[in-house]
Amino acid sequence: MADELTNLTIDGVSVSVPNGTLVIEAAKQAGVLVPHYCYHPGLPVAGVCRMCLVEIEKTPKLQIACATPVAEGMVVKTQSASAKDARQGVLELLLINHPLDCPICDQAGECELQDFVFQEGRSGTRYAEYAKRFNPVEDFGPDVLYVPNRCILCTRCVRFMDDVAQEPVLNVSERGDRAYIGIHPEARLDHPWAGNVVDLCPVGSLLSKDFLHKARAWELDKTASICTGCSQGCNVTLDTRDEVVVRVRPRPNLDVNRYFICDHGRANYRWMNRGDRIEAPLVRRGGDGELHATDWDEAFAHVLGILRGASGKAVALVSPGASTEALSLARRLFSGFEWTGAFQVVMGEEAPLAGVPNLALRAERAPNAKGAEGLGYTRDYAAALAAAETAAVVLVLDDPDCAVKTAGALIYAGTILGPDAACRAADVVLPIANVAEEDGTFVNRDGREQRYFQAKPAPGMARPAAWVLGELAAALGAHEVA
Amino acid sequence: MGYPHKPHPQETVVLSQYFGDPEARTYQGWVKRGGYEALAQALTMEPAAVTEVVKESGLRGRGGAGFPTGLKWSFMPKEKKKVHYLCVNADESEPGTFKDREIMRWTPHALLEATAIAAHAIQAEVAYIYIRGEFTEPWAIMEKALAEANAARVLGKVTIHLHRGAGAYICGEETALMNSIEGKRGNPRIRPPFPAAAGLFGLPTTINNVETLAAVPHILKRGAAWYKALCLSNPKSTGTKLFSVCGHVQRPGNYEVTMGFPLKDLLYDMCGGVPAGRTLKACIPGGSSVPILNREETERTLLDYEGCVAAGTMLGSGGMIVFDDSADMVYQIMRLARFYAHESCAQCTQCREGTAWTTKILERILAGQGKTQDLDLLLDLSENMTGKTICVLSDSCAAPVVSGIKKFKNEFEDYIAGRRKPVMVA
Repeated sequence: MADELTNLTIDGVSVSVPNGTLVIEAAKQAGVLVPHYCYHPGLPVAGVCRMCLVEIEKTPKLQIACATPVAEGMVVKTQSASAKDARQGVLELLLINHPLDCPICDQAGECELQDFVFQEGRSGTRYAEYAKRFNPVEDFGPDVLYVPNRCILCTRCVRFMDDVAQEPVLNVSERGDRAYIGIHPEARLDHPWAGNVVDLCPVGSLLSKDFLHKARAWELDKTASICTGCSQGCNVTLDTRDEVVVRVRPRPNLDVNRYFICDHGRANYRWMNRGDRIEAPLVRRGGDGELHATDWDEAFAHVLGILRGASGKAVALVSPGASTEALSLARRLFSGFEWTGAFQVVMGEEAPLAGVPNLALRAERAPNAKGAEGLGYTRDYAAALAAAETAAVVLVLDDPDCAVKTAGALIYAGTILGPDAACRAADVVLPIANVAEEDGTFVNRDGREQRYFQAKPAPGMARPAAWVLGELAAALGAHEVA
Repeated sequence: MGYPHKPHPQETVVLSQYFGDPEARTYQGWVKRGGYEALAQALTMEPAAVTEVVKESGLRGRGGAGFPTGLKWSFMPKEKKKVHYLCVNADESEPGTFKDREIMRWTPHALLEATAIAAHAIQAEVAYIYIRGEFTEPWAIMEKALAEANAARVLGKVTIHLHRGAGAYICGEETALMNSIEGKRGNPRIRPPFPAAAGLFGLPTTINNVETLAAVPHILKRGAAWYKALCLSNPKSTGTKLFSVCGHVQRPGNYEVTMGFPLKDLLYDMCGGVPAGRTLKACIPGGSSVPILNREETERTLLDYEGCVAAGTMLGSGGMIVFDDSADMVYQIMRLARFYAHESCAQCTQCREGTAWTTKILERILAGQGKTQDLDLLLDLSENMTGKTICVLSDSCAAPVVSGIKKFKNEFEDYIAGRRKPVMVA
C-alpha cells in the first residue's frame, strides 16, 4: 500500500494521500481550505478563476492547487506572501465590476466571494472608474434566475450542464470583461436536475425563484435528512427558519447522489409545513359516536383494548414513506395475528442525471419501499384492501388517501385527516410526526439504510410514529417478528 | 511594400526567395524550383531520422516561444498506438506580424511540403492548417495549392485539411487553436496534459508555426550543418528569420536575415530608417506582446532569441513595430492594451478583468484625468497579470505597459500633470 501513497507537506502539515490526488484535495486533509471558485469536486477541473494559486517549493511560478497533482516530497505554501498577494489580486479584480449588493442578495452569508474577501481581500478598492459593468437579470428557467452583475464567470454552471447533466444549454458568451453566462436562444434551463446550478454557483448569480428573498442564510437551521421524493435516497439538508422548512439542498454523499439532487426533490418540501394537521389523538366514544380529541393515555388504552379483544386477521396498510422503525413496530404490534401488510407506491417518470452512474429521479416516488418490503409488507395493495374488509383489526399508517373499508376495528396513525377521508371511520386516530419532525431511517432502492434527523417540532400532541407504535408494542409485550 | 521587389543585399534569402514570383505559387512552378524534392527524400527516411536532422539543425519555433522544433517532435509517442495529429498554426494575428501571410501567399506549396514532412516525422495521419479568418487571399491560394498537390498525389499518406479561423486572436494560442478546430469556443486549455500527450481530439498532437515548418524542407535538402552555420551571434539561435517591419520606417515589409543580425542595421539600412527629419524613439521587436525597447536598446540589440532577452525583450514572432519621435507612447500602449482587453477569452480572472481595467486607466490618463498613483497601480496590476494565468495573453498585455512606464515615464507624467493636451479616445 505504501507505494500508492504520496507524502507531502502543506503549510507545515505532513499528509499522505493517494497518488494523483490534487493539491487542493490534499490540503483539505491537512486542514487547509485553499480559497477557490471554479473548482468543484463534482465537476471537471477548469482552472480559470486562478484563486487557488499556491506556492510550491522548487517551482518558479505559482501553481493552481485545483489542477496540480501531488508529488512526493512536495512542499506547498498557501500562506506565503506571493500566494496571498495573488489571491488578493484576484479578489480585487472580481470585485471591480461586482455590485456589492450583499444586503439584498440571497447568497449573502453563504457567499464564497463575501467570505474570501472578508478573509483576505483588500480593505478598499483602487477601481476609480465610475461605471460598473451592467447586464439585466435574466430568466433562465422554471426555477433559475441569472443575475449577471454578480457573476464571477467560474463556469461551474456551464460545466454542470455540459458534463454532468449533458444537456449543454449554458455557455460563456462574449469575451473579455463583456463576458457573461449565456443560454441557448431556443432553450430553457428546465432540465430535471437544473436546480443544482443554484447550489453550485459560489456567488449570488444563479438564484432559485422558489427561495428568492425568502430568508437570510444566517437565519437558517440546517438538518441532515433524506429526500422523500423517490427511492434513490438522496442525502439532503433541510433548511428551516422559525420551524418552517424553507429550502432543500443536496448533502454530499459520493455513493448515492454525489453533490446533487433533482428539482423534484428540491421542490418536495412544502407539505412538511402544512397547517391542517391532526394535533391530538382522537377516539370514538360517547353517545354521538363521533371522534373526540383526547390525551395519549386514553388513546393508547383504546387501541390496547381493540388489540387485546381481537384475534384472527389483521391488516396493515402503510405508507412507503414511513420510517423503517415505524414499519417494524407496526408489524410487531400484530405478532399474535394472522397478518397482511401492504403499501402502494406512486409512480412517475424516471429522470436520470446522465453524468453520474446510478443516479436518477426514480419512477418509484417513495423513499422506503425497499425497507417496507424487507419487513414483509407487500406491493399487493389491492389484495390487502380486500382482506381489510373482513379483518378483525386494520391499521392505516400515514396513508391519508387510503380507501379502507372494514367490518373490524380501524386504527389510523397519520398526519392529516381530510374531510372525506375513509379513515374518518377509524375507531382511534393517532397523530404522528412527518419526516421533518422525527428521527428515523429509510432503506433506498439499493438497500442502503440511511438516517434522517428531526428538523422542526411536530405540531400539538403529534409524536413520531415509531414512538407511538413502540409504546403500544411495549404495553402489549409484543415480540419482534422473526 | 508590394512585390516583386529585389531583396536587400544584406538579406539571407531562404524562405522568401520566391516572394513575388507568381509562378512559384503553382504546383508545376514549384516543382521546377526544386519543390517536393525534400518531401520525397523525407519519405525514404525513418521518421525518427527526420526529427534527428531537425534537432541537429537547431531550428526553433518561430511563432514566439522559440521552443526547439526537433525536441518538440520527439515528445510525440515513439510507439504509435493512436492517431497522431499535426496542427499548423497559420492564425497569424499578433499585431505587427505578417510573415506567415507572405509565405502562404507566395509559396503555398512550401508550406504543404513542409507540413507533409513534419507529419511524416511525427507519424501523423492528419494535418490541420489553421488559417486566420481575415486571410482571404492566402486562404484562396492555399486551397488551390492543396487541390493541386492532392491531384498530383505528392503529399504521401497524410491528409491535409485547411481550417479557417473566425477572427479571434486567442485562437493562435496552441491549445485554443485545438479547441477551435474541435468546434469549441477558442479557450486555451490548462496544461498538463501537453498536446503531445493529449491534444487535438484528445490524441497526440504537435503544433508548429508556418515559418518554422517552412524552414524544414531547406534543412533536409541542404543539411543540418548548413542551417546551423546560419548564425551570426549565439549558436543556440540558428537559421534565418523573417521580420515584418511596420510603423515609422521608410521601407516597411518583410526582411529575412540570419539569426544574430543587428537590429540597428535592419532598421537603418534595410528599412531606410525613420522618415526624414525624425528620430527613432522606440521599437517593439517581436510582435505587440513583448516589452518595448527604447532607442539605445534598439540600437544595440542583436536579432536572435538570446540577443533580445539580453536587451530585456523577446524575439517573439518577429513582428517589428517602429515608433519615431512623433509617436505618443501613452496612446500607443493604450491601443495595445485595448486590443488585449478585446481579445481576452474571459477564462482567467486576471486577464478578463485586468486587461479591461488597464485599458480604462490608460484612457483616463490620456483624457487628462489620471492621478499620480495611477502608474503604481498599473505596475501592480501588471504584476498581478503576469505568470498567473492559463496562457500568456495577460502577460502580453502587461509587458508593453510595464516597459512603457519604465522607459517613457515622462510621457505618462506629462498627461497626469496636465502638461500635455488631453486625448479623448472613443
